[in-house]
Amino acid sequence: MYALPDKRGHFGVFGGKFVPETLMPALAELEEAYEEAKNDKAFVDELNKYLKEYVGRPSLLYYAGGLTEYCRGAKIYLKREDLNHTGAHKINNTIGQVLLAKRMGKKRVIAETGAGQHGVATATAAAIFGLECVVFMGEEDIKRQELNVFRMKLLGARVEPVSSGSRTLKDAMNEAIRDWVTNVRTTFYVLGSVGGPHPYPMIVRDFQKVIGEETKSQITEREGRLPDYIIACVGGGSNAMGIFYPFLQDKNVKLIGVEAAGHGLDTPYHAATLTRGSRGVLHGAYSYVLQDEDGQILEAHSVSAGLDYPGVGPEHSYLKESGRVEYTSVTDGEALDAFRVLCRTEGIIPALESSHAVAYGLKLIPQLGPDKLVVINLSGRGDKDVQTVAGLLEVK
Amino acid sequence: MCKKFGCQPHFEAEKKTNLKNRISEKFSELIRKKEKALITFLTAGDPDLATTEELVLTLEKAGADIVELGVPYSDPLADGPVIQQASQRALKAGTNLKKILQTVSRLRQKTQIPLILMTYYNPLLKYGLEKTASDAADAGVDGFIVPDLPMEESAEFSVYLNNKGLYLIPLVAPTSGRDRIAKITENAKGFVYCVSLTGVTGIRDELPDNLKSFLDTVRSCTRAPLAVGFGISTAEQVAVISQYCDAVIVGSALVKNIGDKGKSPALTDSVYKMVKNLKEPLKSDNNEKRVSLSGR
Repeated sequence: MYALPDKRGHFGVFGGKFVPETLMPALAELEEAYEEAKNDKAFVDELNKYLKEYVGRPSLLYYAGGLTEYCRGAKIYLKREDLNHTGAHKINNTIGQVLLAKRMGKKRVIAETGAGQHGVATATAAAIFGLECVVFMGEEDIKRQELNVFRMKLLGARVEPVSSGSRTLKDAMNEAIRDWVTNVRTTFYVLGSVGGPHPYPMIVRDFQKVIGEETKSQITEREGRLPDYIIACVGGGSNAMGIFYPFLQDKNVKLIGVEAAGHGLDTPYHAATLTRGSRGVLHGAYSYVLQDEDGQILEAHSVSAGLDYPGVGPEHSYLKESGRVEYTSVTDGEALDAFRVLCRTEGIIPALESSHAVAYGLKLIPQLGPDKLVVINLSGRGDKDVQTVAGLLEVK
Repeated sequence: MCKKFGCQPHFEAEKKTNLKNRISEKFSELIRKKEKALITFLTAGDPDLATTEELVLTLEKAGADIVELGVPYSDPLADGPVIQQASQRALKAGTNLKKILQTVSRLRQKTQIPLILMTYYNPLLKYGLEKTASDAADAGVDGFIVPDLPMEESAEFSVYLNNKGLYLIPLVAPTSGRDRIAKITENAKGFVYCVSLTGVTGIRDELPDNLKSFLDTVRSCTRAPLAVGFGISTAEQVAVISQYCDAVIVGSALVKNIGDKGKSPALTDSVYKMVKNLKEPLKSDNNEKRVSLSGR
């Protein structure tokens, strides 16, 4: 039986709580509130009601005929998280956490965001439940994800630009933690990925595992069996953890996490934490990180703001070392090619993050036989990326 | 162990008797003198390590009792902008743990002031926890403060430091609550670092509310000296706070001064004046005539 994390929040050697003492009681309080909530039928019913009626779950498992024909290999299904309200899987988690915040009597929520999807999803949940919302976002990301900044503002959130460090997701998270340390008594930190100190990696995974649970029943209904491969992109790793988790015990299902290789693994410009990083502590968890020989955290690079992060959730580090999940990477260029292929073959504009999963599919699937089944987690839609892509692909 | 570091056997024997830690000795001395401690923080390597070396001697001359040397880190999530920027400057100057330990070794030829490294956990992990403890002891470091290493995760590093007679200074916060404070301070060595407020390091005009009751709680849990840090920058604040504790920690105000002056002839002089002024209310003859300024 897979029963991680343990009581101290560890996944094997990974995970834990490496935060200032000021936050330790808040993490304990959160853990207690979450344990209570998940065993409270009223909470679970309310969450499920919002997931169904507001988010639009279950999301479709779509047979991608066009892409299947293009690849001439295995049969491809796309798990359509891009069809969720707000356009990505992030809302599964934010509805859960904001409901938890409300239950705990917190009046203010904060979040970090990279691509802006988690920021938008947090702002959305805060809007429905009437909570004050502040989103920390790196100045670099604000520039490349202008549309999402505007969306957050429309939803009533304050977007706090972060000018320290690389001015991307890593720094936004530092700043969110600093705000939380300061306002810990009144504020709930809505963490967007399966990283951070315990219990966050567990909570976020639990709120995202609905993706994998649905996939399991949908593919069984359609094909009468489980898939041979599941592919998902990994930045912090929440969409991947969400779809992998319910399949961890199904040893015949190969699980593949795809990281961002940026300009290439042999350049300093990538975000392939599991592929090229080493063990270390970042943002409260012991996991893999990109770091130099002195333990200073390196800047990551990816064309996709959501993958542009030098850390990864601790459970992924555990799954890498245990060998249960295979982690690989694709470059910016490969992701952009996949972006275009999916647009043309399926009429779906994917997020640049999800394009990484598709890109690895394009490499793997032609080598597989037609009797094989592959599910790609399409974690988000690409409307937010069209400007970036237009610039890069010179679409006239 | 001794062979590994190429030192003479008699040196090892000497070190064992030396397990008396300079931090404890300093507090004993201050109690005898009826003084309270001024602990000052510098980011090591800002603007460069030669300046740090010189400034530590200046701090001592001006009356600082203990010096914390900040090991710069790329992602200092417990620090406000002043120390963040100082860390960036120090990193740009090429500062790392190894070079800081070399600086400490050099300082030990000139001073016996207790030296504590304040560092985030990841640089230690990368250097190796056991090697950190061993090399730090050899260099003449007396203790560590690791703001992102709560008691739940600190067992391993704590053992390595203990074996070398070095202290891992525990931190307690206003949010900790009595039960945690009791557990955290159970085996406290050196002193207990009381974080005065919920927040990051930095200069603040007002002292936090409820500081007295927080410190009373900590006092009721431990006999170790209490040091208060975060948000303290003026002699007036030092005077007020020192009524309730045994040591006051000043960091950002000093670091800001260093950042403003940079590597200039005026730096040493201004640091000296600042520290002398901060120490004044902690001296024995001022302990009686201290005026309560709370509720200003």
